[in-house]
Amino acid sequence: MSDIPQKTAPAPQSSTEPAAAPDPRDEAAIGAAVEAALAAIAAASTLDELKTARLAHTGEKSPLSLANREIGALSKEFKAAAGKLMGASRGRVAKALAARTEVLEAEDAARILVEETVDVTAAPRRRRAGARHPLSTLQDRVSDIFVGMGWEIAEGPELESEWFNFDALNFKPDHPAREMQDTFFVEPPEAHLLLRTHTSPVQVRSLLERELPVYVLCPGKVFRTDELDATHTPVFHQFEGLAIDKGLSMADLRGTLEHFARQMFGGEASIRLRPNYFPFTEPSAELDIWHPGAKGGPRWIEWGGCGMVNPNVLRAAGIDPDQYSGFAFGMGIERTLMFRNEVSDMHDMIEGDVRFSEHFGMEI
Amino acid sequence: MRIPLTWLREYAQVPAGATAEDVMTELVKVGFEEEAVHRPLDSISGPIVVGQVLSMSPEPQTNGKTINWCSVRVVPEGAVQPHVGEGIEPSGIQEVVCGAHNFTVGDKVVVTLPGAVLPGDFRISPRKTYGHVSAGMIASVRELGIGEDHDGILVLSTLGLDPELGSDALDLLGLTDEAAEINVTPDRGYVFSIRGAAREYAHATGTPFTDPAALVSVTAATGPGYPVRLEDQAPIYGLSGCDRFVARTVRGINPAAPTPTWMSSRLRLAGIRSISLPVDISNYVMLELGQPLHFYDADKLDGDIVVRRAAAGETLRTLDGKVRKLDVEDLLITDSSGPIGVAGVMGGASTEVTSSTTRVLVEAAHFEEVSIARSRRRHKLPSEASKRFERGVDWEVADEAAQRAVNLLVELAGGTEDTTVTDVGTPPAAVTVFLPAGFASARIGIDFTPEQIQGTLTDLGALVEAADGGWSVTAPSWRHDLATPEDLTEEVARLVGYDLIPATLPTAPPGRGYSRTQQQRRRAVQALADSGLTEILAYPFVSKVANDSFGVAEAGAPREAVKLANPLSEEFGYLRTSVLPGLIETAKRNHSRGFHDLALFESGLVFLPSGTMGTASIPPLGAKPSDAVLDALDDGIPYQPLTIGALFTGKDTPAAPGHTPRAWDWADAVDAARLVADVTGVDLVVEQGSHQAFHPGRAAVLKLRSGEVVGYAGELHPKLLAEEHLPARTVAMELNASKVFDAAADVIVAKPISTFPVATQDVALVVPAEIPAAAVLETLREGAGELLEDVALFDEYEGAGIPAGSKSLAFGLRFRAADRTLTADEASAARAAAVELAAERYGATQR
Repeated sequence: MSDIPQKTAPAPQSSTEPAAAPDPRDEAAIGAAVEAALAAIAAASTLDELKTARLAHTGEKSPLSLANREIGALSKEFKAAAGKLMGASRGRVAKALAARTEVLEAEDAARILVEETVDVTAAPRRRRAGARHPLSTLQDRVSDIFVGMGWEIAEGPELESEWFNFDALNFKPDHPAREMQDTFFVEPPEAHLLLRTHTSPVQVRSLLERELPVYVLCPGKVFRTDELDATHTPVFHQFEGLAIDKGLSMADLRGTLEHFARQMFGGEASIRLRPNYFPFTEPSAELDIWHPGAKGGPRWIEWGGCGMVNPNVLRAAGIDPDQYSGFAFGMGIERTLMFRNEVSDMHDMIEGDVRFSEHFGMEI
Repeated sequence: MRIPLTWLREYAQVPAGATAEDVMTELVKVGFEEEAVHRPLDSISGPIVVGQVLSMSPEPQTNGKTINWCSVRVVPEGAVQPHVGEGIEPSGIQEVVCGAHNFTVGDKVVVTLPGAVLPGDFRISPRKTYGHVSAGMIASVRELGIGEDHDGILVLSTLGLDPELGSDALDLLGLTDEAAEINVTPDRGYVFSIRGAAREYAHATGTPFTDPAALVSVTAATGPGYPVRLEDQAPIYGLSGCDRFVARTVRGINPAAPTPTWMSSRLRLAGIRSISLPVDISNYVMLELGQPLHFYDADKLDGDIVVRRAAAGETLRTLDGKVRKLDVEDLLITDSSGPIGVAGVMGGASTEVTSSTTRVLVEAAHFEEVSIARSRRRHKLPSEASKRFERGVDWEVADEAAQRAVNLLVELAGGTEDTTVTDVGTPPAAVTVFLPAGFASARIGIDFTPEQIQGTLTDLGALVEAADGGWSVTAPSWRHDLATPEDLTEEVARLVGYDLIPATLPTAPPGRGYSRTQQQRRRAVQALADSGLTEILAYPFVSKVANDSFGVAEAGAPREAVKLANPLSEEFGYLRTSVLPGLIETAKRNHSRGFHDLALFESGLVFLPSGTMGTASIPPLGAKPSDAVLDALDDGIPYQPLTIGALFTGKDTPAAPGHTPRAWDWADAVDAARLVADVTGVDLVVEQGSHQAFHPGRAAVLKLRSGEVVGYAGELHPKLLAEEHLPARTVAMELNASKVFDAAADVIVAKPISTFPVATQDVALVVPAEIPAAAVLETLREGAGELLEDVALFDEYEGAGIPAGSKSLAFGLRFRAADRTLTADEASAARAAAVELAAERYGATQR
């Protein structure tokens, strides 16, 4: 807008009377009209004001339009010069008008965008955030690790025959070991049905149903007649592993558990075996895990039991213990969740309070 | 098992400064988990010394009591009081008030000096009482934490003690000892003894072990002792109930002889209360050697002792005074009068040793494990004796244990030993196991040397002889658990150390990954969570009422449910036939905690018995049952389908600026069921249905294409919601997911995609209001024929312009041909055919 003149002639306002047409040969008069137009355009601060200026200075009754119309009436000798003057003059005004329009439109667009500003921090949740139960997520996580090692997942009934839960696992009928696992029996007692006390019956079922070698993980719900308190629950979850192959040793058991522990707890995790007793394994061991991230500092934590599968278990599935050997292990999912994710009270896991699961969401 | 350290030290080399914790650290290495530490000094501390009452003057009080104002000498005469502190007299003579009256001048007593602390954080200091300053206390057994008697103070002469004045009473009373408590696994009954614990301590530390049984020298019999006959007429599993019975007599015992404090304090630390000297001796020997004993008052015995099974209808009054009905399987000790004890479980009242007994018959018998276990369970009589017999007692130790008891009765009770001995029975056949060379190494993954194997097994007490290609190993008499090469392998590994086992990772054969069903389950559960539901895991224990309400569609219809024989709560005594009760309980719990907008789901098994429940018998262990037997076992197990349920209540989302939440309604329940079917590749048919738990007009029955019913969805019955205090319009669904998953096609065959132009036409039909929209839609699909690509209901209207009792359904029809561009006439003709069929079936008219 460097060509805005210092002095401007007042533009005719919305007069009802047609103004007198300036002479298209009068350079001074035309120049004044142009200056007046440019000044009005520059002064317009909104698109509406610009429209008013446009109508006043380029409309049919504007001085420049009227002067332009006069050209036709001029004698031939003046026509060319007047035409040239009027063309240049109207061109300047049109150009200024276009430039000002662009500026004001841009300003307008920017203003609208500013006006449309919202508070994104107040965005509503249109979709409800659901959640898996962390015990079930953890069960999936454990299963994924073993499936990644080529193992398969096996499942079985929760209401089981006593044979699968005890006898097939080498629990002698009157042995105290049978009472170590406080069992829920169902009516009538002589039907020999019970709620499985461990997922080990699935191991027997796997051995009966599958071709050898067998490498299976059996996760699932188990039942013992413990009253609910901060660390016990009558219904809980386990995962048990079983590998039966030619020539498996306790070193293979340790290697498998160590690999698994590192997948779950990081590369610094390690395991420790201590002698223990289970009817279904011989030798048997208690499994401790070195948990580098344990609350209160790294330490050994009791994790579960394991051992070499007792030959009587293999015999119960018709497998020759002279040909095949293998190992088994079992851990509690609740217990794992307790020390891995620092859950301090069992009630939180079983009550179904939505806050507990929703805190974990889909992950663990 | 609690192990007093002073006792352990008699037979194992425990370092002088070792604590109970140190002992447990060693024992855990060989397989005994730590349970607890029992240390009296944690709750009692001195100065607590022996004193002698010099004078006592009774002073009646206004409250009716009479107290004794005593002076007590607490250092030897002429000596200086070594203890220093406020209220401790350097002269060694304390003045104390005592409320008890069971003592007299000259009695030696236990005096707690100022500064002492008694159990219960009872701090002793000089205090003003009854007009005196009492500087200390004369203690009772109860105050010292060593007994229940609080009628009077402890007069040391009643314990047979005459200690020097000023000596440390804590030491005197065995309160400076401590015990390590370990968990003994069921296979190691022998560790329910100091003998066994000391042996294991020796194994764990590699130090020498002294066998307490070997220290007992059994008297050479001069003739037959008390007549005993073993007459088991009905052995269990062919095993005689009693295969050894040692009986010894001690006469002339002093019934008033006290139990020495070294014995009572060890018993106390081991968790057994001191009762009387004979009873204490029998317990002491049991704890030391692991052999349970029974003492009879020999003067009350009537004729020969016979060990036999009970006859039908026999009863016995046991030591606890209860009359027990005996079972024909119970193994009894009898004399001419009848039963005088349930073998290995509890003695009879008629021959009990009492405070007047002077002649004792000591029984040290070996009873068969199963017989004892069953009697104990039958009569609900767990005891220290039955605990040991059930786990197996050393057959060999009976005579030594009897002798040890005889010796203690002679030594402590002033009795005289009869040198006649009863020892009847037959030793069990020794079990010899062949351990092939290389077996243990292969199983463990450690290359054991022959010396390691022979050495560890010999250390255990086994007899190890080289045999062809391995060793012939005879287990020691106390190790009933060593019967297979695997058992021996564990012993070798345990004693060499599990820590030495290397780690190798075996390679599983190529697997199949997750099964189809496992994938479907995970997808369904994940989809529900992804769509905004929260997963719960409820207990499967429900009430009968809950099963009757949710388990069956029709009110009053019989649905069998599995009843627990031993539920934790009688109210929730059944296994669920539906997951809805658990969802409702969980919704209520969340509601009560202030969460009113809920979308919950559970996936779990339900239990649907029908027909056979279980099997009358179960096959034996250690052998594969026949296919027929396995089939019978499986047939007896009730159907347990995976069931997925969901419940919605309140609003779908929280209110927010620019967002109006929507209340969950019946369609959300139907949609959740559809979602499960959709993500598992199954076509679910939704029809108007009825189920007693649901609103009669807002219930959908969910079916497979085959017509099989697999679930219900809709609004829960308003009456039921009111009863459960849940908000109106709470909705739910339940699906037999096992059946849904099974209905998924193995392979989905592709449909060719036509790229010819589409012709869309809408139609509004007026039909009777009760005709389901889905039925009209299916009819249109059928009537329109193969040119119809898709049809959808997009509006439903009742009101002005529609006759009462009718409704208008608006459908959008999409026509397309596979091979050409349809003409408008062709599309219209197909549409007309569709409308015609709807008119014919449902009286539909075009609007």
